Amino acid sequence: MTSPLLRRIRIVVSAVIFVCFFMIFIDLRHLIPADYIEKLMFLQFIPSFIKFYNLKTIATTGFILVLILTLISGRTYCSLLCPLGIGQDIFSRIGGRIKRKFRRYGYKKPFTVFRYILLIITLIVTMIWGINAITLLDPYSIFGRFMTYFAKPVVILINNLFANIIGNFDLYTISNIPVTGFKLAVYSIPAAFFILVGTLSLTKGRLYCNMICPVGTLLGLISRISIYRIKFDESACTRCGRCAIGCKSSCIDFLKYDVDITRCVDCFNCINICQDKALSYSAIKFRTKEPETDESKRKLIISSLFLLFGLSAKGFGQEKAAPKPKKDSSVKENKTFPVCPPGSVSIQDLNKWCTACSLCINACPNGVLEPAFNQYGFAGILQPVMNYHKSFCTYNCTVCTEICPTTALKPLVLEAKKLTQLGKTIFIKDNCIVKTEKTACGACSESCPTKAVYMIPYEGNLLIPEVNSDICIGCGHCEFACPTTPYKAIFVDGNEVHKAAKKPENKESEIKTPVEFPF
Amino acid sequence: MRRRAFLKTSAGAGIAAGTALTLGGFGKIWASASASMADKYDMVALMGGAPDAMFDLGIQEMGGMGAFVQKGQKVLIKPNMGWDVIPELAANTNPFLIKRIIEHCFKAGAKEVYVVDHTMDNWVNCYKNSGIERAAKSAGAKVVPGNSESYYHEIEIPGGTNLKSAKVHELLLETDVFINVPVLKDHNSVRMTCCLKNTMGLVWNRGYWHANNLNQCIADYALYEKKPALNVVDCYNVMVKHGPQGVSKEDVVAMKSLILTTDWVAADAAGAKMLGVPVEMIEYVPIAHKLGLGNMNLDSLKIKRIKM
Repeated sequence: MTSPLLRRIRIVVSAVIFVCFFMIFIDLRHLIPADYIEKLMFLQFIPSFIKFYNLKTIATTGFILVLILTLISGRTYCSLLCPLGIGQDIFSRIGGRIKRKFRRYGYKKPFTVFRYILLIITLIVTMIWGINAITLLDPYSIFGRFMTYFAKPVVILINNLFANIIGNFDLYTISNIPVTGFKLAVYSIPAAFFILVGTLSLTKGRLYCNMICPVGTLLGLISRISIYRIKFDESACTRCGRCAIGCKSSCIDFLKYDVDITRCVDCFNCINICQDKALSYSAIKFRTKEPETDESKRKLIISSLFLLFGLSAKGFGQEKAAPKPKKDSSVKENKTFPVCPPGSVSIQDLNKWCTACSLCINACPNGVLEPAFNQYGFAGILQPVMNYHKSFCTYNCTVCTEICPTTALKPLVLEAKKLTQLGKTIFIKDNCIVKTEKTACGACSESCPTKAVYMIPYEGNLLIPEVNSDICIGCGHCEFACPTTPYKAIFVDGNEVHKAAKKPENKESEIKTPVEFPF
Repeated sequence: MRRRAFLKTSAGAGIAAGTALTLGGFGKIWASASASMADKYDMVALMGGAPDAMFDLGIQEMGGMGAFVQKGQKVLIKPNMGWDVIPELAANTNPFLIKRIIEHCFKAGAKEVYVVDHTMDNWVNCYKNSGIERAAKSAGAKVVPGNSESYYHEIEIPGGTNLKSAKVHELLLETDVFINVPVLKDHNSVRMTCCLKNTMGLVWNRGYWHANNLNQCIADYALYEKKPALNVVDCYNVMVKHGPQGVSKEDVVAMKSLILTTDWVAADAAGAKMLGVPVEMIEYVPIAHKLGLGNMNLDSLKIKRIKM
């Protein structure tokens, strides 16, 4: 096949896929249903593999389809389905606009040893240590973090700017969204990868995919025996070298009529570039070999990259209004464990299966999830953790459990979620407004959906909170609502393993329907 | 980019503040409305009908919506829709009542009717599951978000003891008429939420209230000049315990009542009677009474009681 249609199809399909992935991470109004996200995630290699490992159902066999696809067509996955790969193609295009040189690639030697060692290290680390190497290197998760940490704040700022403008014309169809940042430290890993992937893709095409990405390396290995691949027609080739210059993967050695199939991502750019129709995408016959040439080019750090950083980093500080009582609270909240999200079953399970793609952090309509820095220790870096100082877990919601692509969060039906105890509420009387200020408050009990936090008589007309741990589900609404600073008077201590809460009992009221006005 | 966003926001805020200043003159309208009410009833209480039917009759006894809303005015309706629960659990104002009030406002010639609340639970869920968003939109009102601090602007409360300033929703500043439509409920710490407490849903930094003598702050806020022209208390389904959120339908008693009044302290006193709580125990009501914000002695009021 030498049809220019191939490249066009590739671009259209990848654009659609990219937009879909962009949308699920930047779904500001939480409109995208979970089953749609599940379908989209079906063919993501690593998430699908982890899900299959845990569930072993037909609906989790996407990664097998990807392997078959690779056996037939080569690394088309990298061009068509991988959001990080497609994102890099977009960056390469931008790079070409900035400097034409950035889009003139030419043949380069492969980093064969480096990439296979990295793949082996990833596998060994995963088998012995845990999921951390995959968390760092899974392309889908990296993409998810880019969206969460950098793209989303920018989109929210644009949304708010727009909302403010139309708000001045008395239109409220677009609502303002409060921008909340994460701890600065958690930006370090995504930022490092953003610089790495961003710079490489801007100036060197798909070098990241062909040097570091373990999925790319693995699929490259398999594509060695793929049926369809890019091939030279030696009789038609005039050795003009344009194909090599246009190859994002720098894998065409036109002097030897050779395409390095382990690096080729089947973007079909070369087919369109070649005026002699000497390159075609067709079924395998045989290959030839010869020596090599070519030089490398200089790198540049693009200022716009940093602009994007600056913007997202400034997304901090617009927290919910912090109330201030007269006195500071004195007793420190003493958490034994952080609170891990519903559906994770236990901290250990979460740490074991979560690749920190951050999809749940984006999907949470209440914004209570944030990436952990040291809460779970090193094993759980960037994995989701509940921050009840920032928000709380909505009683009527199971979104995070529905959309998790790796089963780190297992699906919970609403009724089960309402009885899943994420942690236990602990009341610190010495911090409480009712005791310290001798005034009414009750913000905690007011917010409690199960009335695990209730009020009992205190001095005079005052009422003070008390906790019934049996029916507490650890949603954190009390902790969020508590107005004391710097320490809360009520907080949720995480359960290392989630427990079952008792169903709240309720009796009919003694007050009956009136027949006369009481006044 | 961010600087530009900031500049645009502040420009917007400036325009809003300016508009609010020029609209200050409309304060007279409230004064004249309550003056014309003086020779009528201080309060109309109804029992036994559907929420919307009771409102039809009640507003008629109050002299019609035209006594409160003039042609071309902008109206703010503040229900309680702070909780992500279904209407039957009565944590939020009855959506049928809200719908009927909006219809009366438009019939009286209102240019625009807005509905807003600073919710406790996730605002999108609250607006949707309370049924109020849909009911209000179907009647032609604008349902406005209150989820972001950028909608709130600083105001002064002269004479406030603990609460001397607050950030209130821009719509309170931009509209001409404020109609307060709380649902009567038990409250876990101040023992009742009704008219005065409902204003917390127009304020951003209400955590401050909790931290600085909640009862005093509720009364202090009532000193702020933008007072409701009309209070409509939904007592159709009343949460008599586990308020203000409730746990299940066992907390709810059907009282099938409605109270209309221009005096929100009186409305709260009547609400206390409905709940069977001595009004002295709801500390913010006597404080507001002492501040001269209304009359909690129901005996001295002219009340029209209607049974349907």
